[in-house]
Amino acid sequence: MKWIAAAALAAMLALLPSFAGDFYVNLGSQILIAAIFALSLNLLVGYGGMTSLGHASYLGAAAYISALLTSRYGFGHGPAAIISIAGTIAMAAFFGVIALRASGLGFLMITLALSQVLWGLAYRMSGVTNGDNGIAGLTRPTPFGISLDSPASFYWFALIVASFACLMMAIFVSSSFGSSLKGVRDQPRRMAALGFNPWMIRWITFVYAGFWGGVSGLLYVYYNKYIHPSSLSTTSSAEALLGVIAGGSGTLGGPAVGAALVLLLKNYASAYIERWNMLLGLVFLFIVLVMPTGIVPGLSKLVAALRRGPR
Amino acid sequence: MTISRRQFVGNVAGAGIASMAAPNLLYAQNSGPIRIGMLAVKTGPLASGGIDMELAITMFLKERDNTIAGRKVELFVADTTGAPATARAKAQELIEKNNVHCIIGPLAAFEALAIADYLNEKEMPTLGVAAAEDMTQRHPSPWFVRLTSTSAQCAYPLADYAAKELKYKKIITIADDFAYGHEMCAGFQRVFEDNGGKIIQKIFTPLTTPDYGSYVAQLKSADAIFMGYAGSNGFRFLRQFVEYGLKDKMAVIGGMTALDESVLRNMGDEALGIVTTSWYSAELDNPLNEAFATAFRNQFKYDPGYYAGGTYVTSEVLEAALKTVKGNAEDRKALMAAIRGNNVDTVRGVVKFDEFGNATGNVYIRKVTRKDGRLVNSVIKTYPNVSQFWTYDKTEFLKNPVYSRDYPPAKNLEQ
Amino acid sequence: MQFWIIQGLNSLSLGGLLFLLSSGFSLIFGLMRLANLTHGAFFMLGAYFGATALRSYSGLNIWVAALGAGVAVAAIGGLFERLVLTRLKSNPLGQVLVTLGMSFIISDACLMLWGGDPIPVPTPQSLQSPTRVLGYVFPTYRLVLVGFSIGAAILLYFLLERTRLGAMIRAGVDDRQMARAVGIPVSNLFTIVFCLGAGIAGAGGVLGGPVLSAYPGLDADMLPLALIVVILGGIGSLLGAFIGSFIIGFIYTFGTALFPELAYFILFLPMIFVIAFRPQGLFGRVGA
Repeated sequence: MKWIAAAALAAMLALLPSFAGDFYVNLGSQILIAAIFALSLNLLVGYGGMTSLGHASYLGAAAYISALLTSRYGFGHGPAAIISIAGTIAMAAFFGVIALRASGLGFLMITLALSQVLWGLAYRMSGVTNGDNGIAGLTRPTPFGISLDSPASFYWFALIVASFACLMMAIFVSSSFGSSLKGVRDQPRRMAALGFNPWMIRWITFVYAGFWGGVSGLLYVYYNKYIHPSSLSTTSSAEALLGVIAGGSGTLGGPAVGAALVLLLKNYASAYIERWNMLLGLVFLFIVLVMPTGIVPGLSKLVAALRRGPR
Repeated sequence: MTISRRQFVGNVAGAGIASMAAPNLLYAQNSGPIRIGMLAVKTGPLASGGIDMELAITMFLKERDNTIAGRKVELFVADTTGAPATARAKAQELIEKNNVHCIIGPLAAFEALAIADYLNEKEMPTLGVAAAEDMTQRHPSPWFVRLTSTSAQCAYPLADYAAKELKYKKIITIADDFAYGHEMCAGFQRVFEDNGGKIIQKIFTPLTTPDYGSYVAQLKSADAIFMGYAGSNGFRFLRQFVEYGLKDKMAVIGGMTALDESVLRNMGDEALGIVTTSWYSAELDNPLNEAFATAFRNQFKYDPGYYAGGTYVTSEVLEAALKTVKGNAEDRKALMAAIRGNNVDTVRGVVKFDEFGNATGNVYIRKVTRKDGRLVNSVIKTYPNVSQFWTYDKTEFLKNPVYSRDYPPAKNLEQ
Repeated sequence: MQFWIIQGLNSLSLGGLLFLLSSGFSLIFGLMRLANLTHGAFFMLGAYFGATALRSYSGLNIWVAALGAGVAVAAIGGLFERLVLTRLKSNPLGQVLVTLGMSFIISDACLMLWGGDPIPVPTPQSLQSPTRVLGYVFPTYRLVLVGFSIGAAILLYFLLERTRLGAMIRAGVDDRQMARAVGIPVSNLFTIVFCLGAGIAGAGGVLGGPVLSAYPGLDADMLPLALIVVILGGIGSLLGAFIGSFIIGFIYTFGTALFPELAYFILFLPMIFVIAFRPQGLFGRVGA
């Protein structure tokens, strides 16, 4: 049953451009990008137990580095992408060392502070980043000579990257490293007593999450062909965090659902409802009250209950 | 007749998929309505402007019974939330989902920059409100016109006025630390110093400044302070300025959004006598504006300002262009040519476009006075035919880099 | 000389304002282990309530308006706590979602009710003329604000240290389970503390009004400051919130004046240092 549902979903996703207009295909691309970003954050929040409010740093860093290299220094997209990801990983490594000195609210605050410092730099160093005007006029890459300019071709590109990201993150989470991560999340002292190195496990996860955040940043800048400091802002990080929690941080697919929810409310429902912000807040309240662990766990409990039938 | 659950779900799903596919069907003839899209900021700190934009255009359309050039008009207002990525998403929504014929907006400079290439690619006539200089200077587009002004365009006449008629010698400039503030202060500085004045201090406050007290305390002694603010921040700064007793020590002058009518209505006597500049004032005494401002005030209980006035002017120009093309909004090239080619008489005066798509027209120096028990921006001087290049040679102007925090360099700053 | 004195006074008044903002946050976090991300919205809501009240009733005293706004916001906070937060005892992520969600609701409601333009909170008539301090002119109200926040700190100190309620709160902060075991009605205490925290924020919004005004975005501007003060000062410590507020007031005021290029980081850099080297903050007795 599950396989049929999964196959149907995969088919629908793959065939979206053939039955939906450009607008919806583009919306699909945006959801895929947000999903990768949310999934990368969930490695930290759900599986690592580290709530971060600065994840947009990695999205923004990769996006800016790619934008600068391609528009100002004439790099090709391939080398630019590699350098962007490398730079983002280095930054994540460095930030991780600082942030992991604290936990809980302190960790949240450090990640917030670091992302704000990065935001301030992006804003202020207008000689490099063009400050508030952002960097425009960017192009999309042409992998194997295929142009990504049409909505459908970009969508399929994003779908391929997203599927790969999902797969890699699923492998990570279900591997023995993933188990040790969950162990560190739940019982750090016992894990240490057993000979694991909680700090190292957390730090590696932090960097890995940053890596995928960077990947989503590249897709982001390719899609929008524009980057602005607001993409690094706390609002951006907060929206992702909200999506992760709403969707279900304990699951692999939950954050994607949550990210889609936030995006749809912001970009789609806002056309129909003026007070969409209030609606977003009410939806969150509703989710937490009715499905405290998130949408996906809540729905699967519901489905299981329905299947069990009336007792 | 009962519908089984499967049928119902099937129908809903079918309807959903059909509605997603609908945009693939072309709107064939000209018999449908003219669809106008608006990109406004309706939530967040810039919301005040976006709300005014929507009010003005709804009023405009209602006055004309939602009909322009013989065709019905459908308006789609999209909330960009002041974020560039959302602006792009909303622009896509307007163009791809709502199939609009033209777009009014966006409001903020960075929003305009984020979607410029997309609008160009889609050949979408865009009547912008955002003031970013380069949109009509070094990166113009045949599909973009702006009916308000560039950031610095209105600052030039004020600097001229301040130097020649108010006879100020030393001025401090203060504005929000983003492109709009940088460009406006740069323009002011240029003309003021060309006329013998000195800018002795240039301050840019971060957009999120909780307490302006520490900036007020940094101000040196000068003849006047020029406020390049927009939105809430100018209001908040001015309040602190007055609280520290500085209103008696130096005059206050401001740019086109510093003491906008929508902010002025919440102010008191501390605003009296402040001189600002703009391409509009609710007090303009041409017949078009008298009708507009009175109607706006009656309906919404406050005077129209930059955003409401700007949107109304935009609507007037769009209407004239649609009439010129006899309602054929589908022919975008013709529509764009009509927009750019007409010299329309609007509530701000006659509007002409220069070759970059920026409006050239009157700029008004205003002073805050009390009239009929409310604060208004009374016009005290009109500078006719002000272009975005002021009196500078266009080619020389464009050779220089765009105005920024450090360009033109401020040479007279006191330490 | 003028620079140091005026900016010094500015620092003090900003510090006083920050204490009014963050004392409630610190209390709530200390007792309930809840990072109340609605706190900025409560502050803003209070400011709007106060601004409207002062505009509608011309003879109204700002202190009365602040009290009224505080009570109103406390009531809203109490409802929120009882109906929503009590169900999220062991769900810290859910708490984040819900408090942020509530702040969206409040800020959108404020936009809907009061529009997008800033609304002034008038300085009380009697305090409008500036004071001369050592020959320099300084707004009187700001000095009064410092005095008031010191007074509020003393009041809160007495509440926490010298009353039974305070003892129960302190017990709950130190060891929640033990407090329950001893018979302290911890969940009622939670509601009381949340109301108190929200109420102080609401009143603070009104009292800060003459300096800040009421405008859309005030909540997002204020929340990070509350977080920074509490992290720096230490969670659960009133003294920490007090000292932290003034330290931040000084860092911000002198920092932006002396190093304008660092304006965006001037608060975050010290905070990073403090958390990195002393995670519990200066006076915290609870681990972050």
